Amino acid sequence: MLRTLVTRLAGAAVMAVLATLVIFLIANTVPGDPVLAQLGDLAASNPATVAEWRAKWGLDLPLWERYFIFLRGLAHGDLGTSIASQRPVLEDIAQYAPATVELSTIAFLLALVTGIPLGIAAAVWRDSWVDAVARVISLIGVSSPTFWLAFVMLAVFYGGLQIAPGPGRLDPIAFPPDEVTGLFLVDTILAGDWETFHDAVSHLVLPAIVLAAATIGLITRTTRAAMLEAIGQDYVRVSRAKGMREGYTILRHVLPNALIPVVTLGGLAYANLLAGAVMTETVFSWPGLGRYTFRSAAALDFPAIMGITLVVSVTYLLVNLLVDLSYALLDPRVRR
Amino acid sequence: MSASLALPAPRSRRARLWRRYGLAGIGAGIVLGWVLVAVLAPWLAPYPPDFVDVTNRLQPPSGQHWLGTDALGRDCFSRLLFGARISLLAGISVVALGAAFGTLVGMVAAYARGLADAALMRLTDLVLCFPPIILALAIAAALGIGTTNTIIAMLVVWWPKFARLARALALVQRSQEYVEAAVVLGLKPARILGRHIVPNAIGPLVVLVTLDIGNAIITFAGLSFLGLGVVPPTAEWGAMVAEGRELVEQWWVATFPGLAILTIVLGFNFLGDGVRDWLDPKARSR
Amino acid sequence: MTASDRREAKPEAVPVLEVEDLRTVFLTDAGPVRAVDGVSFTVGAGETLGIVGESGSGKSVTALSLMRLLEEPARIVGGRLRFQGRDLLAMRPDELRALRGDRMAMVFQDPMTGLNPVIRILRQLTEPMTGHGRFTPPEARRRAIGLLGRMGITAPERSVSRFPHEFSGGMRQRVMLAMGFANDPALLIADEPTTALDVTIQAQILDLLRQLNAEFGTAIVLISHDLGVIGSVCRRVAVMYAGEVVEEAPTAEVLEDPRHPYAWALVNAVPRIDQPLGADRRLVSIEGAPPDALALPPGCRFAPRCPFKVERCEREHPPLAEVAPGRLARCWVTQAGQVLPKSGGAGFGGARPAPAAAEPLLSVRGLVKHFPLPRESFFAPKRVVHAVNGIDLDLKRGETLGIVGESGCGKSTLARLVTRIHAPTAGSITFDGQEIASASPAAIRPLRRRMQMVFQDPYASLNPRMTIGDTLAEPLVAHGLARRGAEVRERVGELLATVGLNPAWVSRFPHEFSGGQRQRISIARALALQPELVVADEPISALDVNIQAQILNLMLDLQQRMGLTYLFIAHDLAVVRHLCDRVAVLYLGQVMESAPAEALFARPLHPYTAVLISAVPVPGRTRVVLQGEPPSTLVLPTGCPFRTRCPIARPVCETPPPLAEHEAGRWAACHFPGEFGHAGVAA
Repeated sequence: MLRTLVTRLAGAAVMAVLATLVIFLIANTVPGDPVLAQLGDLAASNPATVAEWRAKWGLDLPLWERYFIFLRGLAHGDLGTSIASQRPVLEDIAQYAPATVELSTIAFLLALVTGIPLGIAAAVWRDSWVDAVARVISLIGVSSPTFWLAFVMLAVFYGGLQIAPGPGRLDPIAFPPDEVTGLFLVDTILAGDWETFHDAVSHLVLPAIVLAAATIGLITRTTRAAMLEAIGQDYVRVSRAKGMREGYTILRHVLPNALIPVVTLGGLAYANLLAGAVMTETVFSWPGLGRYTFRSAAALDFPAIMGITLVVSVTYLLVNLLVDLSYALLDPRVRR
Repeated sequence: MSASLALPAPRSRRARLWRRYGLAGIGAGIVLGWVLVAVLAPWLAPYPPDFVDVTNRLQPPSGQHWLGTDALGRDCFSRLLFGARISLLAGISVVALGAAFGTLVGMVAAYARGLADAALMRLTDLVLCFPPIILALAIAAALGIGTTNTIIAMLVVWWPKFARLARALALVQRSQEYVEAAVVLGLKPARILGRHIVPNAIGPLVVLVTLDIGNAIITFAGLSFLGLGVVPPTAEWGAMVAEGRELVEQWWVATFPGLAILTIVLGFNFLGDGVRDWLDPKARSR
Repeated sequence: MTASDRREAKPEAVPVLEVEDLRTVFLTDAGPVRAVDGVSFTVGAGETLGIVGESGSGKSVTALSLMRLLEEPARIVGGRLRFQGRDLLAMRPDELRALRGDRMAMVFQDPMTGLNPVIRILRQLTEPMTGHGRFTPPEARRRAIGLLGRMGITAPERSVSRFPHEFSGGMRQRVMLAMGFANDPALLIADEPTTALDVTIQAQILDLLRQLNAEFGTAIVLISHDLGVIGSVCRRVAVMYAGEVVEEAPTAEVLEDPRHPYAWALVNAVPRIDQPLGADRRLVSIEGAPPDALALPPGCRFAPRCPFKVERCEREHPPLAEVAPGRLARCWVTQAGQVLPKSGGAGFGGARPAPAAAEPLLSVRGLVKHFPLPRESFFAPKRVVHAVNGIDLDLKRGETLGIVGESGCGKSTLARLVTRIHAPTAGSITFDGQEIASASPAAIRPLRRRMQMVFQDPYASLNPRMTIGDTLAEPLVAHGLARRGAEVRERVGELLATVGLNPAWVSRFPHEFSGGQRQRISIARALALQPELVVADEPISALDVNIQAQILNLMLDLQQRMGLTYLFIAHDLAVVRHLCDRVAVLYLGQVMESAPAEALFARPLHPYTAVLISAVPVPGRTRVVLQGEPPSTLVLPTGCPFRTRCPIARPVCETPPPLAEHEAGRWAACHFPGEFGHAGVAA
C-alpha cells in the first residue's frame, strides 16, 4: 500500500511538472501575440514601445530560459499578475477559491446521495417505472447545458415563483461572516450566526442543484450499468443458492463490486464539476473561481487563465490520485 | 404452480420492434430533423439572422416573431434555425476529426508496441491530466476568438479518449484467435489490420462517437457562452443564451436556444444508446 | 463406492428429492422453448445420481429448476418437485430461501467467477452458516476453518482471511464445495464442478465428492457432459436429450450396455483409455444436431439422428419405460428387446502407414519463451512468465505428435511458437531444413503455405464479420493460389465439401453455424493452402463429445487422404492416445517424457505421465491422486521441475535430469525412469 502511494505520488509529481510545460507552451508559442493583445493598436505600431515592453516581460529571451524563469516563479508561488485586476494571480485565486470549494463540495455530495441510490434502484428494478424515471433524469442531466439550466432555474424559482433567493452567496444586505475558512457555511457556524447560515444555505440550493445535474446523470448511469454487470455475475447466483436474502445479496455482494467503476468515475465527475462551476457561477454571480475564469477568459487576461489552469490541473491530478488510492482500497485485486 | 400450465403469450411484434429500435429511432428522428433545419435554414427562416431592428427589441413571442426578439431586435426564431448550423458543424467536426486522429494513434500504438506505444500513451496521459474544458478554454483563449480556433482547441483535448479506446480495442483484437489465424495464413499486416482488426474493433468506437457528438455540442456551446466560441454577431446557441442570461423577464431570449441544445444532445444520446444496445449481443437478446 | 452402497441398501422412507414430470420453458420472443420437458427421477437419502447430456440438453436448467433459482425468462410451468416430502413449487420465497444453502446446496461450474472477488473467503463461507441461524459467528468461523481443512486446503486458518484471487481454480472449487457443505445439507447439486479444471485437479475434486458423500451421507446430483466423471462418483445416471430423460439406469450398466441409441452414441463417441486400441481409429459419431427446441419432432426426438430407428420412431413419442430390472429407456427399439451393437459401424479399416524414417519435417531445439509482465509499479521488480523452458522435439512427415499437459504447461505457447505467431526468446525451430525461429515475418510468409493451424475456440477463431466464403478465399488470393472469381469459388466449394459442409453455404456468416460446423470451417481454412504440417491447438476441447468424434474422424480421414503431419495439442489423454503416433508430455514448459503413444500409455516411464494417466476418470479404477498443483511459472524451478509434487522425489532430483533416451524411441527426463506407476495404470 505504501509503495503504491509513493509510486502514484511520484507519477503525479512528474505529470504536474509536465503540465506546467504544456501550460507554458500554450501561453508562449501560440500565434496570438500577447503584446498586440495588451498594448493596443496605437502603442503596438511603435517599434520602440514594443521592444521595451518585450524586454520588460522577458519576451526577448529564448524559450527555454523563459520556461526556467516561469518555473522559478512557480517555485515561489508566483503565477504572474492579472492584467484585469492588477493583482498577483495567486492572491486572486486564494480569494475566490473558498466559494467554489463550498459550492462544488455540496454539489458533489448531492450528486452522490442522489445518483448512487437512483442507479441502484434502476438496476434492481430493471425495466420498471423506477428505471424509466432514473433514465429520464440521467439523460436530461447529461444533456442539459449547465449554463442554460442555471438560467432556467433562476428564471423559474427566483424570477417567476419567487421562492428562491437571487444570485450571489448572500443577500445584498447581509454581512458576510468573519473570514476563517472562507466557507460561509463553516464560518457562520463558527460565529454562531444562524441567520446568515440560513441565508447562505438558501443561496446554495439552486446553484448546487444546477451544478450537480450533469454529475447526477453520469453517476446514475454508471451505477446502474455497474450494478447490472455485477448482478449478472456468478457469485450473485451463488449467494442466492446459499439462501441469502435478496437485500443482503444486493448490499453485500453486488454493491461493493459495482462501486469500483463508480469510484473510477470520480475524476471525471470532478472535471465535470469544474466545467460546470464556470457556467453556474457566471449565471448565479457566485464570486468563485468559475466566475473569475469566465471574466479572465472574456478579458483575455492571460496570466490569470494560465494560473487557473495550473491550479485546477494540479487539483485534478490530486483528485485522480485519491481516486486511484481509494480504488486500491475497494478492490483487493489491485491491493499490494 | 402446477395450475398455471398456460404459457403467457410472447411479446407482440410491435412491442419487440419498439424495444429494439424505439429510442434509437426517436434519436435518429431528432438528429435528422435538426440536420434538415441546418441545411434549410436560409429558406425556413422568416428574417435574416443578423437583421437588427432596435425599435423592435425584446418583443415577446408573437405571430410576427414566433420566439420573440432579442436585445438588438433580431428575430430569435431565425437565429435559432441558423444556430443549428454552427452547433452541428462544431459537434460533428470535433468528434469526427478527434476520433479519426485518436483512432489512428491508438491503433498504431497497439500495433507498434514498445517505445512508440509508451510515448504515445504518455502523451494521452498528459492531455488527460487536465480537466478538458479548462484546457480547451486556455487554448481557445490563446488562439483567439473564432469558430475554427475553438474547434482546434477542442480537438486538442478530444482525441486522447479515442486513442485510449482504440488502443484497448486493438489490443483485445490482437489476441483474438481469428487474428492469429490471419497471421498464420501469411496475410500482410495492412490486410490484417484493415480486414480483421478494424472491422471488429469499430463497434464501441461508433457508440462513443455517437454519444460524444452531444458532448461536443454542449462543450462548444459552453465555450461560446463564455465568449470564446463564435465571433458576434454569428447566431450560435451558447452565445444566444449568454446574451439572454441576465434577461429573466425576457425569458424567451435564453430559453429557446437552450432547449434547442437540450433536444439535439438528447437526440444524439438516444441514438448512441440505441446503437450500443444494438451492437451489444447481451443487450440484444433481451 | 462401498460406503455409499451401504447407505443406499437401506434407504429412508422419504426420498430426498422427487421430480415428477418437470417442465421448464424459456419465454423467448420466438416462442416458448421447452428446455426441460417432462423430466422425472428420484434421489434417495445419501444416494448419488448423475445427469449427463450435451450442451442444450436441459441438464443445467434442470439443476436450477430443482433449486428454484431460475431467472427470467425461464419459468417452471408444470410438474411436481418434492424435497424431503415437501412441495417445492408451493413454497413461498422465504421458505425456499430457508431451504437453499441449508438443506439443499449447489456448486456451480466456474469456480473463478463463483466467489465474490472483494469479500474474504471467511465471510463467504460463514454467511450461510450464520444466515440460516445454525451457528454463532465464532462457531461458524471454527467450522469454516475445519471444512476448508477437510476439503484439502493447507493452512486453513490463514487461508480463510484471504481473497479469492489469491487462490487457484482448484482451490476455489474446494472453497465452493466447503460452502456447499456449510450447513451439512441433505442434498448437494453439483453442476459441472470439474469442467473448468485440469485432469489432476478434477481427480482430486471427484475423490473429495465421493468421500463427502460417504462421510456425511449427503445425497449428490452431479451434472456433467462426461460419462467418465459421472461414473466415478454416481451409482445411477440419467441421460438427457432435448429436454427429456432418455435413459436412467445404474451408471456401470449404461457404460457397459446402453439401452438408448443416444446413450449408446455418447458411450462410444469417447475413446476409452482403458481399452485396447484397434487398427481402426474411427469413433462412433452420429450425424446431425439436436432438434430445434421450437420445432420438436412429433415422434422420438432422437429419431432424425438415430442409426437404429424403425418406422414407429418417427410417428410416436416413446415413453420412458423399463427395459430391464432397474433400467429405464425411452426407445421403441430397445423396449422391443433389440440389443444395440457393442461398438460402432465399420470404418475404413487398415493399419496406419508407419511414417517414413526420414529427416524430420519439424525440429525444435532448446526452445524458450518468456513473457515479460508489465511492472506493477516503477519500483517493482521485473516479472516474467516462463512459459516454455527448453523444449526439444522432432516431428516426422506424416506423423501425428500429441502434446499433453495441464493448463500452464506451455503447450499452447509451443503451438504459437512453432507457427511463429510469437517469436521465441531462444532456441531453434527448423521447418523442412529452414531455420524459422528468428526469421522476420516477411521471410516466413512464403513458408506459411506449408504450415497451418487449427484453433481451440470455434467461436473465436473465425472473423465474425466475414462470410465463410471470404474467409476461405482470403488465403487463396493472398498466396496467389487461385485467381479471383470462378477459380476461387470453385476451390472454396471443394474445401467445404472436403470437410463435409454444404458448398452452397459460402455466403453465410460464422454465427449461422454450430460449434462443430465452425470447427470444420476452421479446418477447411487451414487446408486451403494445402499445407504439410497442421498444428491443432485443442481443436476439440470446446465441443460436445459427439461433435468431438466427428472432428476427430475428419482429421484422421484428411490425414490419410492428404498425407498431413499433425502437431496435436490436447489435455484429453484418451483422445491423444487414440489419435497420435507419438506423445510428448509437458510440465512447466519442459518435456517430461516422449514416446510412441501406445507404449507411453501402457508403461509410462516418468512419474508425472503415470499420475496424469491415472487421473483420467474411468469408472471402477483405483487412482493415484496427485496432490498439490503446478508451481508458479513466474519463478523458474531448480532441479527437476516435477520434484515438488513427485511421489518418488529424492535428494538427487535437485539436479535437473536430462531428457534421455532410455529405450528405443522412448525419452524421459527422470532420474528413476519407470520406477513409479506401473501398477494401477494398466487397464
